[in-house]
Amino acid sequence: MDTSRAHVVLDDADIGRAIRRIAHEIVERARGSEDLVLLGVPTRGVPLAERIAGAIASTEGTAVPVGSLDITLYRDDLRLRPARALEYTSIPPEGIDGKTVILVDDVLFSGRTVRAALDALNDLGRPAAVRLAVLIDRGHRELPIRPDFVGKNLPTAIAEEVRVEVAEIDGVDRVTILSAPDDAGNGR
Amino acid sequence: MKHLLSAGDLTRDDAVLILDTAAELATVTDRSVKKLPTLRGRTVVNLFFEDSTRTRISFEVAAKRLSADVINFAAKGSSVSKGESLKDTALTLEAIGADAVIIRHGASGAPHRLANAGWIGGSVINAGDGTHEHPTQALLDAYTLRRHLRGGRGDLAGVRVTIVGDVLHSRVARSNVLLLRTLGAHVTVVAPPTLLPLGIQTWPCDVSYDIDSALPDADAVMMLRVQGERMRAAYFPSANEYSRAYGLNSDRLHAMRPDSIVLHPGPMNRGMEISADVADSGRSVIVEQVANGVSVRMAVLYLLLGGNMKGQG
Repeated sequence: MDTSRAHVVLDDADIGRAIRRIAHEIVERARGSEDLVLLGVPTRGVPLAERIAGAIASTEGTAVPVGSLDITLYRDDLRLRPARALEYTSIPPEGIDGKTVILVDDVLFSGRTVRAALDALNDLGRPAAVRLAVLIDRGHRELPIRPDFVGKNLPTAIAEEVRVEVAEIDGVDRVTILSAPDDAGNGR
Repeated sequence: MKHLLSAGDLTRDDAVLILDTAAELATVTDRSVKKLPTLRGRTVVNLFFEDSTRTRISFEVAAKRLSADVINFAAKGSSVSKGESLKDTALTLEAIGADAVIIRHGASGAPHRLANAGWIGGSVINAGDGTHEHPTQALLDAYTLRRHLRGGRGDLAGVRVTIVGDVLHSRVARSNVLLLRTLGAHVTVVAPPTLLPLGIQTWPCDVSYDIDSALPDADAVMMLRVQGERMRAAYFPSANEYSRAYGLNSDRLHAMRPDSIVLHPGPMNRGMEISADVADSGRSVIVEQVANGVSVRMAVLYLLLGGNMKGQG
């Protein structure tokens, strides 16, 4: 990573606090933790979902089912790139029918991933409600989609890159903004 | 990868990617909605010049589960029976906008001709050509072996597979030897000398005439169908004698390791290359092979058609 244009916006303590707050808000909104299912969107949404479930378990004392939902086959840009490898999907054995599904992703940007996830859920069953939890909302939506639970709102320029790292995958908990390279950003 | 013509064209990483993708796609079969939108708007043609039940149905189900439109083109009842050439058939398919052509043909090399003659722009998938290759059968066999012997992950390094029977007429054997070798397995081919092809010594496998010496070490045995319809001469004295010398019966199954498995690409000649009690035993994964075939063919269709295709207009 080119550190000269990287700017750390959340460190591990910030991320921990954000996850605990999201966990509280999910339980508050659902008035308990019954009938909740957390589904992380691979790759980094999955460990985030597991941590939210851990935070709910430590305050509520109940285990919330956690799964992962790969949305690759539902993407709207499949034909723009070569076919990509699939990620792991695992739906908890309880299923999602009649449950409140919390989709968990690291960054909310265009909203297209969430659109694909809603289509995927539609083929898997009929949840009572679907809500969206994201660690970072960086704006620039291209679809009428909004998050229910947000770790941090992060206003960004479209050319900037937001990088979320989680300890389970990257060895460190950190959110970084990478500014656009000067030549690509026309000097702005 | 644009076409799938030979199992020998696949690298280890290509093959593992196909098997991993198939493992994910297999979960669709367990869902209430057995359908993915991935190939919506794509047209897949099943171009079958030879009879086939499971391969054609398997490709058809796989394409439909990915939401592709499927056209079944059997040579019987088509213009081919009026003498139309492969080229003119191909031009017709191109004109109707086929994105992929799955071809089975009695002539070895027909899929290669179709892919490389410039007649069509789409992908070509070899579903069996003459006595040459049947790469998706090898992939589903590798998938089945990996699931049972390697926990469904990685490659087949160190797995010992014995392939028995009519290797001479078998496209399944050739594709399997190439692919299993690529995946790191050790393959032994067993057949009477009359049912081994010329040049077998150049294949990346061991060759034996004696089934009983090749079974005790094997993690899996793959029985090949005796292809009576391709036999123009006497390759063995009688069915009884073949069955005694090269058939898999319960005595031979007992001589194998207790955790080894039995495969057969189908259709079986029960009582010939495999006895009915072995075919129906708990060690037989023959029915599961059919189910795995759908997942593997979904993976091939997705990887060939799911993204953008380089070199296509």
